[in-house]
Amino acid sequence: MMRHLRKFSPKSSLFGRMAPALLLAGSLLVPGPAVANKVFVSNERGNTVTVVDSATWEQIAEFPAGNRPRGIGISPDGKHLYVCASDDDTIKVFDTDTYEFLWSLPSGPDPELFVISPDGSTLYVSNEDDNLVTVVDTAKKTVVAEVPVGVEPEGMAVSPDVRFVVNTSETTNMAHFIATEDYQIKHNVLVDQRPRYARFTNDGKTLYVSSEIGGTVSVIDMLGEAGPELVKKIGFEVAGVQPEWLQPVGMRITSDNKWLFVALGPANRVAVIDAASNEVVRYILVGQRVWQLEFTPGEQYLLTTNGNSNDITVIDVAEQEAVKSIQVGQQPWGVVVAPD
Amino acid sequence: MLQSLIVISVYCLVFTFGFFPFAKIQAAMALDVTVGVLRVDYPELAPVSRYDRKPEDLGFAGAGLGNEDNQTTGSFLGHAFSMETATSAPGDLEEAVGSFIGNGLKIIVVIGRGEDVLKVADLAGPDVLVFNASAPETSLRDRDCRANVLHVAPSRVMLADALAQFLVWKKWPRWFLVEGSNPRDVKLAEAYRRAAKKFGARIVEERVFEDTGGSRRADSGHVLVQRQIPVFTQEADEHDVIVAADESDVFALYLPFHAWTPRPVAGSGGLRPVTFHAAHEAWGATQFQRRFEKQSGRYIQPEDYNAWVALRVIGEAVTRAQSDDPQILKDYILSDAFELAAFKGQKVTFRAWNGQMRQPVLLTDSKITVSVSPQDGYLHHRSPLDSLGIDEAESACEAFNN
Repeated sequence: MMRHLRKFSPKSSLFGRMAPALLLAGSLLVPGPAVANKVFVSNERGNTVTVVDSATWEQIAEFPAGNRPRGIGISPDGKHLYVCASDDDTIKVFDTDTYEFLWSLPSGPDPELFVISPDGSTLYVSNEDDNLVTVVDTAKKTVVAEVPVGVEPEGMAVSPDVRFVVNTSETTNMAHFIATEDYQIKHNVLVDQRPRYARFTNDGKTLYVSSEIGGTVSVIDMLGEAGPELVKKIGFEVAGVQPEWLQPVGMRITSDNKWLFVALGPANRVAVIDAASNEVVRYILVGQRVWQLEFTPGEQYLLTTNGNSNDITVIDVAEQEAVKSIQVGQQPWGVVVAPD
Repeated sequence: MLQSLIVISVYCLVFTFGFFPFAKIQAAMALDVTVGVLRVDYPELAPVSRYDRKPEDLGFAGAGLGNEDNQTTGSFLGHAFSMETATSAPGDLEEAVGSFIGNGLKIIVVIGRGEDVLKVADLAGPDVLVFNASAPETSLRDRDCRANVLHVAPSRVMLADALAQFLVWKKWPRWFLVEGSNPRDVKLAEAYRRAAKKFGARIVEERVFEDTGGSRRADSGHVLVQRQIPVFTQEADEHDVIVAADESDVFALYLPFHAWTPRPVAGSGGLRPVTFHAAHEAWGATQFQRRFEKQSGRYIQPEDYNAWVALRVIGEAVTRAQSDDPQILKDYILSDAFELAAFKGQKVTFRAWNGQMRQPVLLTDSKITVSVSPQDGYLHHRSPLDSLGIDEAESACEAFNN
């Protein structure tokens, strides 16, 4: 499928920022004064990043982002967009205003996913082909450390107190807890097959790890007696969907630690889990092969990338309902939203 | 004659442990597991297609990657993995197996034909766990099953069922079956007849393509092929698809474009049911292909994939069951607790009644993955994967206690 790249136009961006109220006069989507945030979506097959305006939910730009862009993140000040260009073995940095390519960061081979330290100084990158986690200094643009982990590292999470970086290895089936003080692995927890993604609650007490092929989300208590301790596995069940297609991938937890959202890949649904009981309360139908998730600032909306339908779905977080979908590029993989 | 015996263990382990800052999971037992990988080599003619030439390290390369994966995982748990490889002629199996047993090995992965997998299993004895990584022989999973053999490779009936589901899903129920004249072709044709009956297709015409031992790769081969295949296939009853049963690789690749009536070809040529192929990308397979190619410098073949899966089944069982005892490992592998991610979109598990690994089967035109079976709508009370191959109720295997 061919898609024409939209050239960035400063005028349209300005318009998007200055006149959201005008555009949204008839919209039921955004109550009250809307702040427009840029939503950046990495398109794995299209080799681009699509930019969507969160006030109008219109696509406002699409720009080349290297070969096989997957993991995507933004600096805490919102100025720099980081994109794993997996087949270029680098992380590309773009200006979030102009979409101009600024520089590359050394990432190690085949970077897939990364997390940014809360202060923005450090990226922790999983290198899928080489069984490594690479630690990158974003200011000096240098590799600080390479940590050998299990086979096919993927999911990355940083604990809110920044003491631990967690990596999940898809073929070894472990969550590795790497201490940030010396970059040594301090704990390993075995989880179900093909752990894809890891996410802490923002009090740092609980870590969730999704296992795509195992079909479960492992709940890990960070305050276990002998270190992180597996306390529960959450399973999924949807009438009319073969159990083997319920494959948990991307996750987000509301900042009040009440609701965990889990993308279920080829089941085309996002599961809503009550984080107090760790029980699934609802499944939201979204696009095809739902992969990664991100909240808009303030957590009014949750966005999902749908790799096979080439769109993103907007979920109203309070209502726990899908409200809109927006076409993006080819095979959308990751999503990040610029801060206010 | 035992051609080679390579021990790839010690320095790999030193390398692994020397570099790994490993923090053991609490109470993990130190274990040392060595797996023997035995490949039986047969005198064979060159394949019809150059792409199908067998590399020197066929199977061993896949096993080697599986062994490395196990070593990495084991390093976090205090489990050491190593591998010994050997090739043998069919007549020298006693020596080859004896050498493994003499070295204290308790787990053997075999790449060879059905009768030789059985020989290895019987020579090794009940205390050794054997993994079949290539033989599609259906009887090995049925009346000739052995309690000490687990089958990672799909059987002929699984492969035939996988293709049959797709053809029926396509609404191509009228098959023109062309079978080769060698024993394994006849067995494969039987699997297709069984599949047709099972899924409601009809074989409207059957022909045997005699293997007369002719030159297969002469420079002007295509000239003769272009004249002979139309003649061979003309005046067949009205059919939707040609199904070729040619495990011996004699004629199936010649059928597409040359057949008298313009119909798609499937089976041993055209659309082929396979355990794995080098262009498969879905479900994270790209990274597996890249890791394999980086390690071995070539594309993966089904024997490599099967050997990798066998090693990973062993590794996963050791990791979870915390044991190197073959009986404990076998019990765990056959239990409901066992599951393994194998780049086919869903976990692979084992059938407790005959030791066969449940797995999706890829359908390929040799360039891309065209489809994956089981197809939508083929339901089964246990798992859709059990719609492929011999089900529990029809199994004549009695070696497994159930």
